[in-house]
Amino acid sequence: MKGILLVGALLLAAPCFGLAQTPAERARRDSVARVDSIAKADSIALVQQLEKELGAAAGDTGTATAQPRATGGYMNIGFVALTDAGWSTEPDVASLQLGDHDPRVRGFTVPNAELALDGAVDPYFKGFANIVFKLDENGETGVELEEVYLLTTSLPYNLQLKAGQFFTEFGRQNPQHPHSWAFVDQPLALNRMFGPEGLRSQGLRLSWLLPTPFYTEALLSVANSRGGTTWSFRSDESGEIHGGVPIERKVEDLGEMLIVPRIATSFDVSETQTLLLGASAAFGPNNSGPSASTRVYGVDAYWKWKPAAAQAGFPFLSMQAEALFRSYEAAQRESADDPTVTLPQETLKDRGAYAQLLWGIKPRIVAGIRGDWARGDDAVSQTPLRADRFRLSPNFTWYPTEFSKFRVQYNYDDRTGIGSDHSLWFQFEFLLGAHAAHKF
Amino acid sequence: MRIPNSYKVAALALMAVAGTGASANAQLRVVATTPDLASLAREIGGSAVTVTALAKPTEDPHFVDAKPSHIVTLNRAEALIEGGAELELGWLPPLLENSRNAKISAGAPGRIVASEGIRLLEKPTGFDRSKGDVHSLGNPHFLIDPMNAKIIARQVAEHFAQIDPKSAAAYRANLAKFNATVETKLAGWEQQLAPYRGAKVVTYHKDFVYLAPRFGLMVLETLEPKPGIAPSPAHLAMVIGKMKANKARVILIQPYQNRRTAETVARQTGAVVLDVSQQPGGRPNTGSYFAMMDNLVNTLAAALRAQR
Repeated sequence: MKGILLVGALLLAAPCFGLAQTPAERARRDSVARVDSIAKADSIALVQQLEKELGAAAGDTGTATAQPRATGGYMNIGFVALTDAGWSTEPDVASLQLGDHDPRVRGFTVPNAELALDGAVDPYFKGFANIVFKLDENGETGVELEEVYLLTTSLPYNLQLKAGQFFTEFGRQNPQHPHSWAFVDQPLALNRMFGPEGLRSQGLRLSWLLPTPFYTEALLSVANSRGGTTWSFRSDESGEIHGGVPIERKVEDLGEMLIVPRIATSFDVSETQTLLLGASAAFGPNNSGPSASTRVYGVDAYWKWKPAAAQAGFPFLSMQAEALFRSYEAAQRESADDPTVTLPQETLKDRGAYAQLLWGIKPRIVAGIRGDWARGDDAVSQTPLRADRFRLSPNFTWYPTEFSKFRVQYNYDDRTGIGSDHSLWFQFEFLLGAHAAHKF
Repeated sequence: MRIPNSYKVAALALMAVAGTGASANAQLRVVATTPDLASLAREIGGSAVTVTALAKPTEDPHFVDAKPSHIVTLNRAEALIEGGAELELGWLPPLLENSRNAKISAGAPGRIVASEGIRLLEKPTGFDRSKGDVHSLGNPHFLIDPMNAKIIARQVAEHFAQIDPKSAAAYRANLAKFNATVETKLAGWEQQLAPYRGAKVVTYHKDFVYLAPRFGLMVLETLEPKPGIAPSPAHLAMVIGKMKANKARVILIQPYQNRRTAETVARQTGAVVLDVSQQPGGRPNTGSYFAMMDNLVNTLAAALRAQR
């Protein structure tokens, strides 16, 4: 009896078990088998087969079926455009906003539209190019080959060589492109030492990643010292620094190249805080006279705090500061204002610094404030570009996505001998194409 | 020739520190971009490897700071495991560029791209950022499907065996063990979730896309209207309506996602917000890949059971 009951119960239960368990069990076994077969297959063979199929399909239809991809092609193409709008109490805005990518007029400016190309050249080199288009105060389009360089990828001993035209690796902000700046305009200290376009030139840069337990990188650039982007050196506009008429000066020896050593080091102060410190110098001839030279020294610091569970990188706090000092040997020279006047030999000393604090309040919203200061020691030649100046700039940036931003910035300016000015600037940026990776 | 003195000093200083390269370590130095990949590397590598993850478990893997310390870590790595499919596109390229390490350069045996063996879902047919930050190669959050973990583990074991032949047998043995564990565990997880086949869940980002089909769940909506786009009130109103109509009462949230938004939606729909993590270590009791999956399945099953 007992046995019959048990058998009966089993018979009754079996279909129930079957309903509850078998399909799920079978599905599981099937999926396991399917994925296992994929896992066991030679992935290279799979890809080759796939490629063969694609190729055959292309051949059949006679049309190319190559899939366009945002990245991963032979070359990444990106395009970034900045548009500024605003007003200043100074009618000659270009005398106040000295940077080449600053808003330069009351109303609208398109100070930087940048075509960025990069990719692996071959297993040994990467190639980069930045071609900048900009509209000047008169609405004329200017085009410049801002950067074009090769970067080695496989040198031994942790070395890396850069060759071509590039932003000189001096300090923190000088090598950055305008679209990655946290403010609408160039810091005064960088403008004073390196001119409206920053320091960049044609040359070589050797970098060495030191075998220290923490990040330490030593860099040495050797570049041409001639041109508008080597402002404190052999620049045609050097008269704006020394008040004299620049001379034509040829390079006589290697010492007359622009030489820029830099050392940078970084520590993770805690799980959530990182500090990056650097010291740089730039040595080269200037064209106030046949043997005059310029030395620029700088220190820079960047600190960032970001909590362990940040949302899309927010909130965060960051602080960036740079201090620069320039010693410009001005030779005995003919005054630019009056050819009958000869200016005496003198050393022009300038200092400048800025510090900026950014607070990423919540995802995609950043509030910032920057203090800017620059001063020139007294000299026989007084030029407006060496006058003492202070600027305070609070700003606010909204990033709808990583590919666009709106920024509003107020500038309080105080220029010695001129007085104070107020400016309000709006900035809009968009980015197309390759996603620009963020350096620290 | 005239060379400034300071330049000479700098050159001497550089030479003085040269030639003190890192000494050979018996253990294979492995770097993984994210903690889930690091956990897999530990399972396969066992005692033959040391593993460092670049991203924190609580950190959004799309938004990791390219800290200089990561350059040093990558410089000394013998193997790098990355998710691929553009997951790390915003931060890994500049790190690799400066790491100067041929052992982990693209195509080298030391470079393991997890996505390469995976059948990626949501591969877009065209590229249009008006649809949000869609990855051109497909959805990169694939490790949440344990079957994909098997594929990656195999790839990891093969690469490890190639670059470190002396421990090849150990890697293969660990792989077999790992696969067996996945089999056993997966059977258990599937059993746990089997009663809830067809259950509808809501996520913040499209990051549980690979989990849903494995366990017969359905991701009804995401709180983000489009990948990487912050939730808008209009979109949330739509999600709330859809959740009510479909009786979806579970919202999955990772540590780096906006819990407050999820709470608001939960209040309106009677849903429960589940704090889960796809990254081992992102929540309590999620120390390894298996612990993380255990935690995820337990949490999900408990919540779905409670709503019966």
